[in-house]
Amino acid sequence: MSVPILKQSQYLIATIQSALTDEDLLTLQAKLVQSVGKFRSRGVIVDVTALDVLDSFASRTLRDIAHIIRLRGAETVIVGIQPEVAFAMVQLGITLEKVSTALDLEEGLAYLDKRLPHAAASP
Amino acid sequence: MMEQNAPPMMNIVSTAALLRELVEHLRHHRTELREEWARRITEARLLTAMSDEEIFAEATSVYDNYVAALETGTFEALQTYSRNLSERIIPRGVETHEVVGIVLLLRDVLARSLFAKHQSDFQLLNRILDAYEPAANRIANTVAVGFVQERERIIREQQEAIRELSTPVLQVRERLLILPIIGVIDPQRARQLTEQLLRGIRANRARVVVIDITGVAAMDSHVANHLVQTVEASRLLGATVIVTGLSPEIAQTLVKIGVDLGKMNTVGDLQGGIEEAERLLGYRVVPSQEVPAQISGFRDGA
Repeated sequence: MSVPILKQSQYLIATIQSALTDEDLLTLQAKLVQSVGKFRSRGVIVDVTALDVLDSFASRTLRDIAHIIRLRGAETVIVGIQPEVAFAMVQLGITLEKVSTALDLEEGLAYLDKRLPHAAASP
Repeated sequence: MMEQNAPPMMNIVSTAALLRELVEHLRHHRTELREEWARRITEARLLTAMSDEEIFAEATSVYDNYVAALETGTFEALQTYSRNLSERIIPRGVETHEVVGIVLLLRDVLARSLFAKHQSDFQLLNRILDAYEPAANRIANTVAVGFVQERERIIREQQEAIRELSTPVLQVRERLLILPIIGVIDPQRARQLTEQLLRGIRANRARVVVIDITGVAAMDSHVANHLVQTVEASRLLGATVIVTGLSPEIAQTLVKIGVDLGKMNTVGDLQGGIEEAERLLGYRVVPSQEVPAQISGFRDGA
Protein backbone atom coordinates (compact mmCIF):
# COMPACT_ATOMS: atom_id res chain seq x y z
CA MET A 1 0.00 0.00 0.00
CA SER A 2 1.75 3.10 -1.14
CA VAL A 3 1.20 6.47 0.43
CA PRO A 4 0.17 9.38 -1.81
CA ILE A 5 2.29 12.48 -1.43
CA LEU A 6 0.51 15.72 -2.27
CA LYS A 7 2.26 18.96 -3.05
CA GLN A 8 0.61 22.01 -1.55
CA SER A 9 2.57 25.20 -2.41
CA GLN A 10 5.85 24.76 -0.53
CA TYR A 11 4.64 21.87 1.62
CA LEU A 12 4.37 18.15 1.03
CA ILE A 13 1.51 16.25 2.63
CA ALA A 14 1.66 12.48 3.05
CA THR A 15 -1.53 10.94 4.38
CA ILE A 16 -1.16 7.38 5.60
CA GLN A 17 -4.49 5.69 4.95
CA SER A 18 -4.05 2.20 6.34
CA ALA A 19 -1.59 0.09 8.25
CA LEU A 20 1.78 -0.03 6.49
CA THR A 21 4.34 -2.78 6.28
CA ASP A 22 7.94 -2.02 7.18
CA GLU A 23 8.74 -1.99 3.49
CA ASP A 24 5.96 0.52 2.74
CA LEU A 25 7.38 2.77 5.44
CA LEU A 26 10.85 2.67 3.95
CA THR A 27 9.38 3.44 0.50
CA LEU A 28 7.55 6.41 2.00
CA GLN A 29 10.78 7.61 3.59
CA ALA A 30 12.69 7.38 0.30
CA LYS A 31 9.93 9.08 -1.66
CA LEU A 32 9.57 11.95 0.81
CA VAL A 33 13.29 12.57 1.05
CA GLN A 34 13.53 12.64 -2.73
CA SER A 35 10.46 14.83 -3.23
CA VAL A 36 11.64 17.45 -0.76
CA GLY A 37 14.60 18.09 -3.01
CA LYS A 38 12.65 17.81 -6.25
CA PHE A 39 9.91 20.29 -5.27
CA ARG A 40 12.18 22.44 -3.12
CA SER A 41 9.67 22.04 -0.30
CA ARG A 42 10.09 23.83 3.00
CA GLY A 43 7.76 21.72 5.10
CA VAL A 44 6.48 18.13 5.26
CA ILE A 45 3.36 16.88 7.02
CA VAL A 46 2.85 13.19 7.71
CA ASP A 47 -0.75 12.47 8.71
CA VAL A 48 -1.19 9.30 10.78
CA THR A 49 -4.85 9.86 11.81
CA ALA A 50 -5.92 6.56 10.27
CA LEU A 51 -3.43 4.49 12.26
CA ASP A 52 -4.60 2.89 15.47
CA VAL A 53 -1.21 1.36 16.13
CA LEU A 54 2.26 2.83 15.79
CA ASP A 55 4.85 0.18 16.52
CA SER A 56 8.49 0.83 17.29
CA PHE A 57 9.63 0.43 13.69
CA ALA A 58 7.01 2.86 12.39
CA SER A 59 7.86 5.35 15.12
CA ARG A 60 11.56 5.07 14.42
CA THR A 61 10.97 5.54 10.71
CA LEU A 62 8.87 8.64 11.35
CA ARG A 63 11.64 10.02 13.55
CA ASP A 64 14.25 9.21 10.89
CA ILE A 65 12.14 10.91 8.22
CA ALA A 66 11.93 14.05 10.36
CA HIS A 67 15.67 14.07 11.04
CA ILE A 68 16.67 13.38 7.43
CA ILE A 69 14.32 16.03 6.09
CA ARG A 70 15.75 18.54 8.52
CA LEU A 71 19.18 17.80 7.01
CA ARG A 72 17.62 18.45 3.61
CA GLY A 73 16.55 21.88 4.85
CA ALA A 74 12.86 21.38 5.57
CA GLU A 75 10.62 20.97 8.62
CA THR A 76 8.50 17.90 9.36
CA VAL A 77 5.34 17.68 11.46
CA ILE A 78 3.64 14.43 12.42
CA VAL A 79 -0.09 15.04 12.79
CA GLY A 80 -3.14 13.09 13.94
CA ILE A 81 -1.69 10.72 16.52
CA GLN A 82 -4.70 9.25 18.35
CA PRO A 83 -4.87 9.62 22.15
CA GLU A 84 -4.69 5.86 22.75
CA VAL A 85 -1.83 5.51 20.30
CA ALA A 86 0.04 8.37 21.98
CA PHE A 87 -0.19 6.82 25.40
CA ALA A 88 0.72 3.38 24.17
CA MET A 89 3.80 4.83 22.43
CA VAL A 90 4.89 6.66 25.57
CA GLN A 91 4.50 3.52 27.63
CA LEU A 92 6.73 1.70 25.19
CA GLY A 93 9.27 4.51 25.61
CA ILE A 94 8.73 5.92 22.12
CA THR A 95 8.50 9.67 22.44
CA LEU A 96 9.54 10.94 19.00
CA GLU A 97 12.02 13.27 20.65
CA LYS A 98 12.96 16.34 18.64
CA VAL A 99 10.12 15.69 16.20
CA SER A 100 7.33 18.25 15.90
CA THR A 101 3.78 16.98 16.36
CA ALA A 102 0.39 18.60 15.93
CA LEU A 103 -3.22 17.63 16.55
CA ASP A 104 -4.37 17.38 12.94
CA LEU A 105 -3.64 18.54 9.41
CA GLU A 106 -4.99 22.01 10.05
CA GLU A 107 -2.88 22.48 13.13
CA GLY A 108 0.13 21.09 11.32
CA LEU A 109 -0.27 23.62 8.50
CA ALA A 110 -0.70 26.42 11.04
CA TYR A 111 2.44 25.26 12.80
CA LEU A 112 4.47 25.25 9.58
CA ASP A 113 3.11 28.67 8.58
CA LYS A 114 4.33 30.00 11.89
CA ARG A 115 7.69 28.30 11.73
CA LEU A 116 8.31 29.22 8.10
CA PRO A 117 6.74 32.66 7.53
CA HIS A 118 8.27 33.01 4.08
CA ALA A 119 6.92 29.75 2.80
CA ALA A 120 3.35 30.55 3.79
CA ALA A 121 3.25 33.85 1.95
CA SER A 122 4.55 32.43 -1.35
CA PRO A 123 2.14 31.93 -4.30
CA MET B 1 -27.91 -40.49 89.27
CA MET B 2 -31.37 -39.07 89.13
CA GLU B 3 -30.89 -37.92 85.60
CA GLN B 4 -29.77 -41.31 84.36
CA ASN B 5 -32.86 -42.89 85.80
CA ALA B 6 -35.10 -40.36 84.21
CA PRO B 7 -37.36 -41.78 81.49
CA PRO B 8 -35.84 -41.52 77.98
CA MET B 9 -38.69 -39.32 76.84
CA MET B 10 -37.36 -36.52 79.00
CA ASN B 11 -33.98 -36.61 77.24
CA ILE B 12 -35.44 -36.08 73.84
CA VAL B 13 -36.84 -32.69 74.50
CA SER B 14 -36.68 -31.06 71.11
CA THR B 15 -34.31 -28.24 70.33
CA ALA B 16 -37.31 -26.11 69.51
CA ALA B 17 -38.76 -26.60 72.96
CA LEU B 18 -35.43 -25.76 74.54
CA LEU B 19 -35.18 -22.59 72.48
CA ARG B 20 -38.71 -21.72 73.51
CA GLU B 21 -37.75 -22.10 77.12
CA LEU B 22 -34.64 -20.05 76.50
CA VAL B 23 -36.62 -17.27 74.83
CA GLU B 24 -39.01 -17.30 77.77
CA HIS B 25 -36.06 -16.88 80.11
CA LEU B 26 -34.60 -14.01 78.07
CA ARG B 27 -37.97 -12.24 77.90
CA HIS B 28 -38.45 -12.63 81.61
CA HIS B 29 -35.06 -11.20 82.51
CA ARG B 30 -35.02 -8.67 79.72
CA THR B 31 -34.42 -5.64 81.92
CA GLU B 32 -31.51 -6.86 83.96
CA LEU B 33 -29.77 -8.70 81.12
CA ARG B 34 -30.02 -5.66 78.92
CA GLU B 35 -28.59 -3.45 81.65
CA GLU B 36 -25.84 -5.92 82.35
CA TRP B 37 -24.97 -5.95 78.67
CA ALA B 38 -24.94 -2.15 78.34
CA ARG B 39 -22.75 -1.99 81.45
CA ARG B 40 -20.30 -4.51 80.00
CA ILE B 41 -20.16 -2.55 76.73
CA THR B 42 -19.22 0.62 78.58
CA GLU B 43 -16.72 -1.30 80.71
CA ALA B 44 -15.03 -2.76 77.68
CA ARG B 45 -14.78 0.75 76.21
CA LEU B 46 -16.66 -0.25 73.09
CA LEU B 47 -18.80 2.19 71.11
CA THR B 48 -16.94 5.13 72.62
CA ALA B 49 -18.34 7.34 69.87
CA MET B 50 -21.83 6.96 71.34
CA SER B 51 -23.34 8.27 74.59
CA ASP B 52 -24.55 5.90 77.35
CA GLU B 53 -28.19 6.65 76.52
CA GLU B 54 -27.62 5.86 72.86
CA ILE B 55 -25.84 2.65 73.75
CA PHE B 56 -28.72 1.65 75.98
CA ALA B 57 -31.31 2.44 73.34
CA GLU B 58 -29.44 0.49 70.65
CA ALA B 59 -28.76 -2.31 73.12
CA THR B 60 -32.47 -2.61 73.79
CA SER B 61 -33.41 -2.96 70.17
CA VAL B 62 -30.53 -5.30 69.40
CA TYR B 63 -31.56 -7.40 72.36
CA ASP B 64 -35.18 -7.61 71.20
CA ASN B 65 -34.16 -8.46 67.67
CA TYR B 66 -31.75 -11.02 69.01
CA VAL B 67 -34.47 -12.72 71.05
CA ALA B 68 -36.86 -12.54 68.12
CA ALA B 69 -34.30 -14.22 65.88
CA LEU B 70 -33.81 -16.96 68.47
CA GLU B 71 -37.54 -17.45 68.71
CA THR B 72 -38.43 -17.55 65.06
CA GLY B 73 -35.22 -19.06 63.78
CA THR B 74 -35.37 -16.68 60.79
CA PHE B 75 -32.70 -14.10 60.27
CA GLU B 76 -34.15 -11.83 57.61
CA ALA B 77 -35.50 -9.33 60.13
CA LEU B 78 -32.22 -9.34 61.99
CA GLN B 79 -30.33 -8.89 58.74
CA THR B 80 -32.41 -5.86 57.83
CA TYR B 81 -32.08 -4.53 61.33
CA SER B 82 -28.30 -4.93 61.41
CA ARG B 83 -28.03 -3.22 58.04
CA ASN B 84 -30.06 -0.27 59.33
CA LEU B 85 -28.04 -0.21 62.52
CA SER B 86 -24.81 -0.17 60.50
CA GLU B 87 -26.13 2.66 58.37
CA ARG B 88 -26.77 4.66 61.53
CA ILE B 89 -23.55 3.94 63.37
CA ILE B 90 -20.95 3.82 60.59
CA PRO B 91 -21.02 7.61 60.09
CA ARG B 92 -20.40 7.89 63.83
CA GLY B 93 -17.07 6.17 63.40
CA VAL B 94 -17.95 2.80 64.90
CA GLU B 95 -15.37 0.19 64.00
CA THR B 96 -15.84 -3.41 62.93
CA HIS B 97 -14.13 -4.79 66.04
CA GLU B 98 -16.59 -2.87 68.21
CA VAL B 99 -19.61 -4.35 66.51
CA VAL B 100 -18.18 -7.86 66.70
CA GLY B 101 -17.20 -7.12 70.30
CA ILE B 102 -20.68 -6.10 71.46
CA VAL B 103 -22.38 -9.04 69.79
CA LEU B 104 -19.93 -11.43 71.42
CA LEU B 105 -20.50 -9.66 74.73
CA LEU B 106 -24.23 -10.21 74.46
CA ARG B 107 -23.64 -13.84 73.73
CA ASP B 108 -21.44 -14.01 76.79
CA VAL B 109 -23.94 -12.20 79.03
CA LEU B 110 -26.75 -14.49 77.97
CA ALA B 111 -24.66 -17.62 78.33
CA ARG B 112 -23.69 -16.57 81.85
CA SER B 113 -27.29 -16.08 82.83
CA LEU B 114 -28.03 -19.57 81.53
CA PHE B 115 -25.17 -20.96 83.60
CA ALA B 116 -26.56 -19.19 86.66
CA LYS B 117 -30.05 -20.48 86.06
CA HIS B 118 -29.23 -24.09 85.35
CA GLN B 119 -26.12 -24.62 87.43
CA SER B 120 -27.87 -27.33 89.43
CA ASP B 121 -28.89 -29.31 86.38
CA PHE B 122 -25.75 -29.84 84.36
CA GLN B 123 -27.34 -32.05 81.69
CA LEU B 124 -30.13 -29.64 80.99
CA LEU B 125 -27.62 -26.81 80.80
CA ASN B 126 -25.65 -28.77 78.24
CA ARG B 127 -28.71 -29.36 76.11
CA ILE B 128 -29.76 -25.76 76.32
CA LEU B 129 -26.29 -24.66 75.31
CA ASP B 130 -26.38 -27.14 72.42
CA ALA B 131 -29.50 -25.40 71.22
CA TYR B 132 -28.32 -21.91 72.02
CA GLU B 133 -24.77 -21.93 70.68
CA PRO B 134 -25.44 -22.53 66.98
CA ALA B 135 -28.22 -19.96 66.96
CA ALA B 136 -26.09 -17.42 68.82
CA ASN B 137 -23.17 -17.99 66.45
CA ARG B 138 -25.41 -17.48 63.48
CA ILE B 139 -26.75 -14.28 64.96
CA ALA B 140 -23.26 -12.94 65.70
CA ASN B 141 -22.26 -13.88 62.20
CA THR B 142 -25.30 -12.17 60.66
CA VAL B 143 -24.75 -8.92 62.53
CA ALA B 144 -21.02 -8.78 61.84
CA VAL B 145 -21.41 -9.65 58.17
CA GLY B 146 -24.21 -7.10 57.84
CA PHE B 147 -21.96 -4.45 59.28
CA VAL B 148 -19.01 -5.29 57.07
CA GLN B 149 -21.20 -5.44 53.96
CA GLU B 150 -22.65 -2.06 54.75
CA ARG B 151 -19.17 -0.67 55.23
CA GLU B 152 -18.01 -2.11 51.94
CA ARG B 153 -21.04 -0.70 50.20
CA ILE B 154 -20.24 2.75 51.57
CA ILE B 155 -16.61 2.44 50.53
CA ARG B 156 -17.60 1.41 47.02
CA GLU B 157 -19.99 4.32 46.74
CA GLN B 158 -17.39 6.76 47.95
CA GLN B 159 -14.79 5.42 45.56
CA GLU B 160 -17.20 5.89 42.71
CA ALA B 161 -18.04 9.40 43.87
CA ILE B 162 -14.36 10.27 44.06
CA ARG B 163 -13.77 8.84 40.63
CA GLU B 164 -16.56 10.92 39.13
CA LEU B 165 -15.67 14.10 40.96
CA SER B 166 -12.01 13.94 40.61
CA THR B 167 -11.10 14.58 37.03
CA PRO B 168 -12.55 17.65 35.42
CA VAL B 169 -10.80 18.79 32.25
CA LEU B 170 -11.76 22.42 31.84
CA GLN B 171 -11.36 24.83 28.99
CA VAL B 172 -10.43 28.30 30.24
CA ARG B 173 -9.70 29.83 26.88
CA GLU B 174 -9.81 28.79 23.27
CA ARG B 175 -7.10 26.13 22.94
CA LEU B 176 -6.24 26.19 26.67
CA LEU B 177 -7.26 23.43 29.07
CA ILE B 178 -6.68 23.13 32.77
CA LEU B 179 -6.66 19.91 34.72
CA PRO B 180 -6.73 20.54 38.46
CA ILE B 181 -5.79 17.38 40.33
CA ILE B 182 -6.85 17.10 43.95
CA GLY B 183 -6.21 14.30 46.39
CA VAL B 184 -4.41 11.02 46.21
CA ILE B 185 -3.44 9.69 42.80
CA ASP B 186 -3.44 5.92 42.63
CA PRO B 187 -2.43 4.07 39.49
CA GLN B 188 -6.03 3.58 38.41
CA ARG B 189 -6.87 7.24 38.83
CA ALA B 190 -3.68 8.25 37.08
CA ARG B 191 -4.66 6.16 34.07
CA GLN B 192 -8.10 7.69 34.06
CA LEU B 193 -6.70 11.22 34.31
CA THR B 194 -4.44 10.62 31.34
CA GLU B 195 -7.22 9.17 29.27
CA GLN B 196 -9.54 12.08 29.98
CA LEU B 197 -6.84 14.63 29.34
CA LEU B 198 -5.83 13.15 25.98
CA ARG B 199 -9.49 12.92 24.91
CA GLY B 200 -10.00 16.50 26.11
CA ILE B 201 -7.06 17.71 24.07
CA ARG B 202 -8.54 16.15 20.98
CA ALA B 203 -12.10 17.27 21.61
CA ASN B 204 -11.17 20.88 22.44
CA ARG B 205 -8.30 21.10 19.99
CA ALA B 206 -6.12 22.29 22.83
CA ARG B 207 -2.63 23.59 22.24
CA VAL B 208 -1.65 24.21 25.83
CA VAL B 209 -2.64 22.29 28.95
CA VAL B 210 -2.01 23.39 32.51
CA ILE B 211 -1.94 20.50 34.99
CA ASP B 212 -2.25 21.88 38.49
CA ILE B 213 -1.19 19.56 41.29
CA THR B 214 -1.46 22.00 44.21
CA GLY B 215 -4.04 19.69 45.77
CA VAL B 216 -1.83 16.61 45.59
CA ALA B 217 -0.17 15.89 48.92
CA ALA B 218 2.27 13.19 47.91
CA MET B 219 3.47 11.39 44.85
CA ASP B 220 5.43 8.17 44.47
CA SER B 221 7.76 7.28 41.64
CA HIS B 222 5.08 5.30 39.83
CA VAL B 223 2.69 8.24 39.70
CA ALA B 224 5.50 10.69 38.90
CA ASN B 225 6.54 8.58 35.93
CA HIS B 226 2.95 8.41 34.84
CA LEU B 227 2.80 12.19 34.95
CA VAL B 228 5.89 12.41 32.76
CA GLN B 229 4.32 9.94 30.34
CA THR B 230 1.16 12.01 30.25
CA VAL B 231 3.18 15.08 29.38
CA GLU B 232 4.93 13.21 26.56
CA ALA B 233 1.72 11.72 25.22
CA SER B 234 0.11 15.17 25.19
CA ARG B 235 3.05 16.45 23.22
CA LEU B 236 2.53 13.72 20.64
CA LEU B 237 -0.96 15.14 20.19
CA GLY B 238 0.59 18.51 19.61
CA ALA B 239 -0.17 20.08 22.98
CA THR B 240 2.31 21.69 25.33
CA VAL B 241 1.89 20.82 29.00
CA ILE B 242 2.68 23.14 31.88
CA VAL B 243 2.72 21.59 35.34
CA THR B 244 2.00 23.95 38.22
CA GLY B 245 1.76 23.83 41.98
CA LEU B 246 4.47 21.30 42.79
CA SER B 247 4.71 21.42 46.57
CA PRO B 248 8.19 21.59 48.15
CA GLU B 249 7.75 18.02 49.40
CA ILE B 250 6.78 16.66 46.01
CA ALA B 251 9.57 18.58 44.30
CA GLN B 252 12.11 17.12 46.72
CA THR B 253 10.71 13.62 46.36
CA LEU B 254 10.81 13.83 42.60
CA VAL B 255 14.43 14.92 42.60
CA LYS B 256 15.35 12.31 45.18
CA ILE B 257 13.80 9.43 43.28
CA GLY B 258 15.41 10.70 40.12
CA VAL B 259 12.37 11.28 37.93
CA ASP B 260 13.44 12.91 34.70
CA LEU B 261 11.69 16.25 34.83
CA GLY B 262 13.76 17.73 32.05
CA LYS B 263 10.90 17.24 29.64
CA MET B 264 8.47 18.96 31.95
CA ASN B 265 7.58 22.60 31.79
CA THR B 266 6.89 23.72 35.37
CA VAL B 267 5.62 27.00 36.78
CA GLY B 268 5.18 27.81 40.46
CA ASP B 269 1.44 28.29 40.79
CA LEU B 270 -1.72 27.99 38.73
CA GLN B 271 -1.88 31.72 38.03
CA GLY B 272 1.67 31.72 36.70
CA GLY B 273 0.86 28.63 34.65
CA ILE B 274 -2.16 30.23 33.03
CA GLU B 275 -0.21 33.41 32.32
CA GLU B 276 2.55 31.40 30.70
CA ALA B 277 -0.02 29.45 28.69
CA GLU B 278 -1.62 32.69 27.50
CA ARG B 279 1.77 33.93 26.44
CA LEU B 280 2.39 30.73 24.47
CA LEU B 281 -0.99 31.16 22.78
CA GLY B 282 -0.28 34.78 21.95
CA TYR B 283 -2.80 36.32 24.33
CA ARG B 284 -2.06 39.49 26.18
CA VAL B 285 -4.24 40.35 29.15
CA VAL B 286 -4.54 44.09 29.70
CA PRO B 287 -6.48 45.68 32.55
CA SER B 288 -9.46 47.63 31.26
CA GLN B 289 -10.00 51.26 32.27
CA GLU B 290 -13.63 50.67 33.10
CA VAL B 291 -14.27 48.70 36.25
CA PRO B 292 -17.71 47.10 36.29
CA ALA B 293 -20.02 48.37 39.04
CA GLN B 294 -20.31 44.98 40.73
CA ILE B 295 -16.70 44.96 41.82
CA SER B 296 -16.04 48.68 42.25
CA GLY B 297 -17.69 48.73 45.65
CA PHE B 298 -20.95 50.32 44.47
CA ARG B 299 -24.25 48.62 43.95
CA ASP B 300 -27.07 50.01 41.94
CA GLY B 301 -30.61 49.73 43.23
CA ALA B 302 -31.74 47.36 40.49
